[in-house]
Amino acid sequence: SYLISFSFQQRIEIHKLRQGDNLLLGFSIGGGIDQDPTQNPFSEDKTDKGIYVTRVTAGGPAEVAGLQVGDKIMQVNGWDMTMVTHDQARKRLTKRNEEVVRLLVTRQSLQKAVQQSMMS
Amino acid sequence: MSAAMDTESTYSGYSHYSGHSKKAHRQGRDRHKSPRSKDGSRSEKSVTIQTPPAEPLLGNDASRAEEGQDDNWGETTTAITGTSEHSISQEDIARISKDLEDSVGLDCKRYLGLTVAAVLGLLVFLTPIAFILLPQILWRDDLEPCGTVCEGLFISVAFKLLILLIGTWALFFRQPKADLPRVFVFRALLLVLIFLFVFSYWLFYGVRILDSKDTNYQGIVQYAVSLVDALLFIHYLAIVLLELRQLQPMFTVKVVRSTDGESRYYSLGHLSIQRAALVVLENYYRDFTVYNPALLTASKSRAAKHMAGLKVYNVDGPGNNASGQSRAMIAAAARRRDSSHNELYYEEADHERRVRKRRARLVVAVEEAFTHIKRLQAEEQQKAPGEMMDPREAAQAIFPSMARALQKYLRTTRQQQYHSMESILQHLSFCITNNMTPKAFLERYLNPGPTLQYDRDRWFSKQWTLVSEEAVTSSLQDDVVFVLKCLDFSLVVNVKKIPFIKLSEEFIDPKSHKFVLRLQSETSV
Repeated sequence: SYLISFSFQQRIEIHKLRQGDNLLLGFSIGGGIDQDPTQNPFSEDKTDKGIYVTRVTAGGPAEVAGLQVGDKIMQVNGWDMTMVTHDQARKRLTKRNEEVVRLLVTRQSLQKAVQQSMMS
Repeated sequence: MSAAMDTESTYSGYSHYSGHSKKAHRQGRDRHKSPRSKDGSRSEKSVTIQTPPAEPLLGNDASRAEEGQDDNWGETTTAITGTSEHSISQEDIARISKDLEDSVGLDCKRYLGLTVAAVLGLLVFLTPIAFILLPQILWRDDLEPCGTVCEGLFISVAFKLLILLIGTWALFFRQPKADLPRVFVFRALLLVLIFLFVFSYWLFYGVRILDSKDTNYQGIVQYAVSLVDALLFIHYLAIVLLELRQLQPMFTVKVVRSTDGESRYYSLGHLSIQRAALVVLENYYRDFTVYNPALLTASKSRAAKHMAGLKVYNVDGPGNNASGQSRAMIAAAARRRDSSHNELYYEEADHERRVRKRRARLVVAVEEAFTHIKRLQAEEQQKAPGEMMDPREAAQAIFPSMARALQKYLRTTRQQQYHSMESILQHLSFCITNNMTPKAFLERYLNPGPTLQYDRDRWFSKQWTLVSEEAVTSSLQDDVVFVLKCLDFSLVVNVKKIPFIKLSEEFIDPKSHKFVLRLQSETSV
């Protein structure tokens, strides 16, 4: 058997948590077109300037919704996130009038593939 | 084979032991005297040992006994002149076999060369003067009168000859600093060139001027002037060939001493092998630490132990081949569980610690000794005339307090042969005179210095032999190897050409230095 790495897209719906005056999502982002892509530990291609999830707080809304560390955020509520600055990304995620954000993320995954011959 | 090795290790052990007994008696006078040393100074005293030459171990005993009896043997013994070329040490008694003719032959060659050059030089110098004077002497009345032009030419000849004289003195009249095995090719070439040149001028002069009694005096004087001009140009050629050509570095030379692997690198220009050897030797005396046979006994004893552990018996009879035997021995040695590396490690660590401890004691003792001495200023000198000491007495006064620590340190680092009490006292008074600190005084004893620092008798290296596969007058090439052998060790010299460097240029506009900030921020949402 051997490992195959592939990426798949996932739609994640996060319900923001209200804490006082703030709406928290429970994760941290890194990346952006104004940032240094070579320092991104999660990207496969070190010229990728997209927005990546760098941390997910335990028990927060993002974890509950199924967001994982290392996911690349492609869209937020229909807005494209592949060519935005870091600050623009933050703004799009933290709009005060939105309680639910729907993300389209890309995730790398490693899966073990079992050889067909061994099964038969 | 192992029996021979055992004998050899015993033999060298002997010489080491006798080295210790030597120290007990004398201050630095021993048998390492060579009358013909490299720098040309010649003492008429030729000195060696009167022992039967063909008995190595017995000869050792006899000479050791002789040593104890006569302190002045250096002055009173007569020489076996054949051996006076060598610096003799205990090990060399067995090796006395140098020919008498060799020493005589080398000297003759050097003197011959010098005489030829001197005669030729004198001849060359007097030739223009002769050219000018001979017509005056021989057929004065027939000569055309020649006024200011000739007088001007006389002055120019005089000054050019003076310049030539000064130039020749500066270039050639130097004390020879070495005795090279083969003739110096460029010098010989120049002598031949000068000889041919002057000879052809004389020929021409004799045929065209003397025989026909030419009356055009101005022409004759101009002929003499042209000779002097050409001589000046030959002098210029001599400078370029002998001095300038080798200045630009073309080769890097690596010199490794065979006994302990100490190595240095030097840069040389276009030289012949013998001149390169000369440069290497001149630098050897300054750069390499002095050769100390006492430091090699440890590795020799280890080697003897390796060999002694394996005895090979020839059971198949005399037809056995030697290479098979040696291979079997090496294989057996590799398989044997050998703990000598362990021994070496602990021995070295131990020695290091001992040296450091002795060194600390020595430094403290010397520092304390130096505090007892104070330099008197001029006014103070009148006030206490009774207690004043000159540097020598001051040195003798403080020496006893540091003598023991110093001696122990020298013994531990095996340097005690190189420093006699007299030399230490002298150095101490030298340091006191020049206001040196204890550390400056100790610098000479803490680390072994270059060979030049020590007494000539302890050098072990005065007669050198150049061993080379190519002719020693051929010039250096890439990958040439030659060996400079002296009696106890050799210097292996490896020549490498300096690579051809291709340098290109790149222009950077000072305004082109621009920078951006590369961030990686993380925001929590």
